[in-house]
Amino acid sequence: MKVELRNLTKIFPSRNKKSNDVVVAVNDFTFTIPDGKLIGLLGPSGCGKSTTLYMISGLQKPTGGQIFFGDDDVTELSAENRGIGLVFQNYALYPHMTVRQNIMFPLQNLKGVDKLTKQEMLDRAENAAKLVQIDELMDRKPSELSGGQQQRVAIARALVKMPKVLLLDEPLSNLDARLRLQTREEIRRIQKETGITTIFVTHDQEEAMSISDIIVVMKLGVVQQIGAPQEVYDSPINLFVAKFLGTPPINVFKGRVEGEKLYIGGTAVLDTPGVKDRAVTVGIRPEGFILDANGPLECNLSGVEVMGRDVSVVSTHGESLNPTVRSIINSDNKVEAAATVRYSLKSNKVFLFDTETEERILF
Amino acid sequence: MVESKHKWKAWLYLSPAIVLLLIFTVWPIINTLRMAMLEGYNGTAELGGAAFNFGIGNFVKVVQYAKFLTCLKNTLLLCVLTVPLSTVIALLIAVCLNSIKPLQRLLQTIFFLPYVTNSIAIGMVFATMFNIIGNNIGGENQLITTAGVINNFIGLFGVDPINWINAGSAYWANITVLVIYIVWDALPFKILIFLGGLQSINKQYYDAAKIDSTPKIRVFTRITLPLLSPMVAYAVITAFIGGFKEYSSIVGIFGEKMGPAGDQFRLNTMVGFIYDSLASNQQGLASAAALILFCIIFAVTMVNLYVSKKNTHY
Repeated sequence: MKVELRNLTKIFPSRNKKSNDVVVAVNDFTFTIPDGKLIGLLGPSGCGKSTTLYMISGLQKPTGGQIFFGDDDVTELSAENRGIGLVFQNYALYPHMTVRQNIMFPLQNLKGVDKLTKQEMLDRAENAAKLVQIDELMDRKPSELSGGQQQRVAIARALVKMPKVLLLDEPLSNLDARLRLQTREEIRRIQKETGITTIFVTHDQEEAMSISDIIVVMKLGVVQQIGAPQEVYDSPINLFVAKFLGTPPINVFKGRVEGEKLYIGGTAVLDTPGVKDRAVTVGIRPEGFILDANGPLECNLSGVEVMGRDVSVVSTHGESLNPTVRSIINSDNKVEAAATVRYSLKSNKVFLFDTETEERILF
Repeated sequence: MVESKHKWKAWLYLSPAIVLLLIFTVWPIINTLRMAMLEGYNGTAELGGAAFNFGIGNFVKVVQYAKFLTCLKNTLLLCVLTVPLSTVIALLIAVCLNSIKPLQRLLQTIFFLPYVTNSIAIGMVFATMFNIIGNNIGGENQLITTAGVINNFIGLFGVDPINWINAGSAYWANITVLVIYIVWDALPFKILIFLGGLQSINKQYYDAAKIDSTPKIRVFTRITLPLLSPMVAYAVITAFIGGFKEYSSIVGIFGEKMGPAGDQFRLNTMVGFIYDSLASNQQGLASAAALILFCIIFAVTMVNLYVSKKNTHY
């Protein structure tokens, strides 16, 4: 089922009755989510990603705009009639019911032609549990399960009624690092197996990039960029997106362009054909540095962090807008203990942004 | 762990509370046991130097007493009628209160008012409302007699006035008035704890139920009620204990003679029996009755705990 958002807007009234400030949680969001894809809504807290998800679910009413499931306008439809599955951030498993009762609960609400016999319900619950690999825990109470197991029960409960759309609100935020890695692959697998259009919300860019078909980066209610993860990473539309994606984060410098050359400090570090003379903000991905004894960019070396496969070189630079400059280089390279380190740059890992608007300047 | 040479300090600080408890709680309990086990015990006679035989005579006497059996019957009847009724009504009111937003605070305050009002005073108001003869000043300073508020009200529906509480009233009419009064009086506390329980239920359960298109009735029976069950169990247990100690409501409505004029003590309760025995200088009987009441409350509470343990989800 494709999901279409048209000019979706959500405005929360001010808490203080006297002032007229309102909070625009989601501002004019238009996007068509193709059928059967996994979409990651990504952004820092307060960016409107959860509000968007809850509007799609029907639990919150949009202030403006429309939502379509396929060709049907569901904007005015309440949550109970939308036929979606939702996995809550805290799972919201009914604590007094066993896993089996929790999973069967949505099925017992089916009426009319959809009504199932007891046996059919048990079978469907069993199948959903098998899909998320918790079929051995069916008679336990949620409090007797680990976080990861509860998460799976929540997914099984959302999937058992075969929803047209599956929504996940920060599905991995309550799990420890190892389980998070495992569960995100699991979510990907389940999504592929069922082919259900799935939308999930996260503030963790790594999580979103690793499993999504498409990511939507949001900031303060406004959609910044929509695209395949690699595409957004390689070609961020503005400084916010560039900063938000990637670990370690992108290095940012003050710079200027003169005679189609980029200067950081006093030295020309890169050719930037086609860019007019101007002041710019420079973003350089950590993997965009090449150790080069004759390289133009000289930084004061503060330390080297060994990560096995790679090494991370930590240094400082007078024009850097971050406290440190961090580069990732292959561990075959030997970093010599010295006061300074010199780099040359990979031009496809260097982005220029307008200092005022922070929009990308292409070269 | 306190060092042993400082232990006396701990005892010193605890002593005011311990002394008071010993004098006003522990000793009375022991003394009650003692008085109950001395046949025909009488405080004045003991002061005069009389000696009493040790035995269970007081208990036998209490149990054989027709008046005591009436008290037991009244107490049990009121408990059985009022506890479920007040629990169910309080639950409905709490759920309704919880689901509305405007005026919630105001209504909460109104529903809580009976709790802070003196029960004897409320009883007297009830007595007036259910009175068959209400007083009403008519024209020319003339005293006109009309039926009480309740009889006037049911008169609107064409029901003849009922003799609720006056001389010659029926037993069931008396009990009806008492049940209405006790339930009304018991509501505030129950509403308060149910409302507290309802507000502590995570809203996400209801969102989850909504997503799964759960009908309202099922949300109540399958989600709200089980999650509220600890509060319901607590309310029922305390209501039973309170019910067995019912006394002041009857005094409030029927006066200290515990019944309509002409049939006094018809509505007496266990606690009323204990007070009456004390007043007539029969401390032995009163103690025995108090211990019997204690045993009944204890047994009922045990049953309550056992049942609630099976049906409560903590």
